[in-house]
Amino acid sequence: MSTKQISAFLENKPGKLSELTSLLAANGIDLRALSLAETNDFGIARMIVDDVEKASAVLANESFIASVTEVLVFAVPNEPGGLNRLLTEFNKANVNIIYMYAFIGRDTSRAYMIFRVSDTASAERALSLAGLHPLTQSEMDAI
Amino acid sequence: MQKYYQPEIECAPREVIKKLQSERLAAQIRRVYDNVPYYRKKMEEKGVTPDDIKGIDDLYKLPFLSKYDLRDAYPYGLLGAPLKDCVRIHSTSGTTGKRVIAFYTQHDIDLWDDCCARAIVAAGGSKDDVCQVAYGYGLFTGGFGLNGGSQKVGCLTVPISSGNTERQIMFLQDLNATILCCTPSYAAYLGEHMKEMGLGPDDIPLKAGIFGAEAWSEEMRQSIQETLGIKAYDIYGLTELSGPGVAFECSDQHGMHINEDHFIAEIIDPDTGEVLPEGATGELVITAVDKEAFPMIRYRTRDICSLTREKCPCGRTHVRMSKPKGRSDDMLIIRGVNVFPSQIETVLLNNGYAANYLIVVDRVNNTDTLEVQVEMTPDMFTDDIGAIQSRQNALVAGLQSMLGIRAKVTLLAPKSITRSEGKAVRVIDKRKI
Repeated sequence: MSTKQISAFLENKPGKLSELTSLLAANGIDLRALSLAETNDFGIARMIVDDVEKASAVLANESFIASVTEVLVFAVPNEPGGLNRLLTEFNKANVNIIYMYAFIGRDTSRAYMIFRVSDTASAERALSLAGLHPLTQSEMDAI
Repeated sequence: MQKYYQPEIECAPREVIKKLQSERLAAQIRRVYDNVPYYRKKMEEKGVTPDDIKGIDDLYKLPFLSKYDLRDAYPYGLLGAPLKDCVRIHSTSGTTGKRVIAFYTQHDIDLWDDCCARAIVAAGGSKDDVCQVAYGYGLFTGGFGLNGGSQKVGCLTVPISSGNTERQIMFLQDLNATILCCTPSYAAYLGEHMKEMGLGPDDIPLKAGIFGAEAWSEEMRQSIQETLGIKAYDIYGLTELSGPGVAFECSDQHGMHINEDHFIAEIIDPDTGEVLPEGATGELVITAVDKEAFPMIRYRTRDICSLTREKCPCGRTHVRMSKPKGRSDDMLIIRGVNVFPSQIETVLLNNGYAANYLIVVDRVNNTDTLEVQVEMTPDMFTDDIGAIQSRQNALVAGLQSMLGIRAKVTLLAPKSITRSEGKAVRVIDKRKI
């Protein structure tokens, strides 16, 4: 089960990220996880939010360029080697990671890893053979 | 449907046009020599008298007139008719130097209106059309010129002028406007705005647009045609020569017909002043042969184009000029290479970007730098930074192969480049030389 992530285009200039966060704040949208990718002149804010449809509409309305992508979220034990065991399985299943980032929920015994992979559907199939299942949207919402 | 506004002259045999031009030229030269001391002095300096000018074959003997002459003679020095016979002025914006004030007698207004009427009929206009003129009205020639042409054709004329985009769209819909006249950059903006309002080409009855007053690329034409669902026609002119309508496109759209009964066209080498043969690319020089108040003899337009007298399938016999690459004033020299903003526009549109861009030229450590700023569009956006960068690199490569120099491409957020209601500002040159 994949999770929906929203990504927004930002110019790499002072104040641009706060334009985005103040818009989300004003509309009561909660950020669950955030990662920034940047180049010299632009950046992309990748976000997991509590209401992706609403966030999409709010951003489009204010002339932000944003898109929704499917990502895979896995929980790993918050201990040495936790991520490594997961990535070993990715490796065996020959899954290519485009990017990843992490966040921690209220329960600090686990960390959550967000992956964007080349081919989400076949990655999910390959990983499920190894007994690895990404979080469902409702599991995500409960974190 | 009416195909020509003045078929007897628009489709006249070449000999007839040449004879008419020769007669009018000889008379015009005598008139300016007798009445305008500035012209007489220029002719005397070149050792030419009106007796030397018997027809268009003698045109080359006459001195050129440039924007420097217009500056020196400002405001009344080139007036060819008594001020009491003049009924109107128009003026350039004066952004590239001294303002030009052009004068018109009623005869001059009539011939100008005729030229614009020819353009509207060539774009399929008739009494049955509603023509929305979204060029600025006032000192700028665009609004009044097309307004006059539209009334001559008998279209219902909507003198809405530029700006207030929502009202423009409301009028397009409520009055069923079929022809739109404005700058190409404003037409593109109208299309963009309609899209945002959820309106497509089928929601407006427009069929044609007549767009001019700035250089625009073939790719920009395609994009306007698609968003507005129209056929887009180019129109050419300069305030000095009356305004829009010096030349216009017919349905064949292979160059613009110059109204040769009023304007004689030549192409010269801009560096040497030598007249170039038909087909060669160079600077367009125009002689207005029957304008009274502001005659303009061998006026250097600074527009770079070529001419062809090849038979046009539309039936018009007047010479055609190619779409100017841009005014030589607009031409940038960057690291010794000639760059026209319209070339950059072509590459942008070919690479799927919108025609909203800004060209920033600067000099860093004695080397010219060229930066092209362009807005990100929803179609191009992906959250994969590598994919965006490879598109950026493709654009850099496209610019390199078009211009021969390397440009930096900067992606901006949507709407960060100011939209223009009149002539768009595309270039910021920060070099201090």
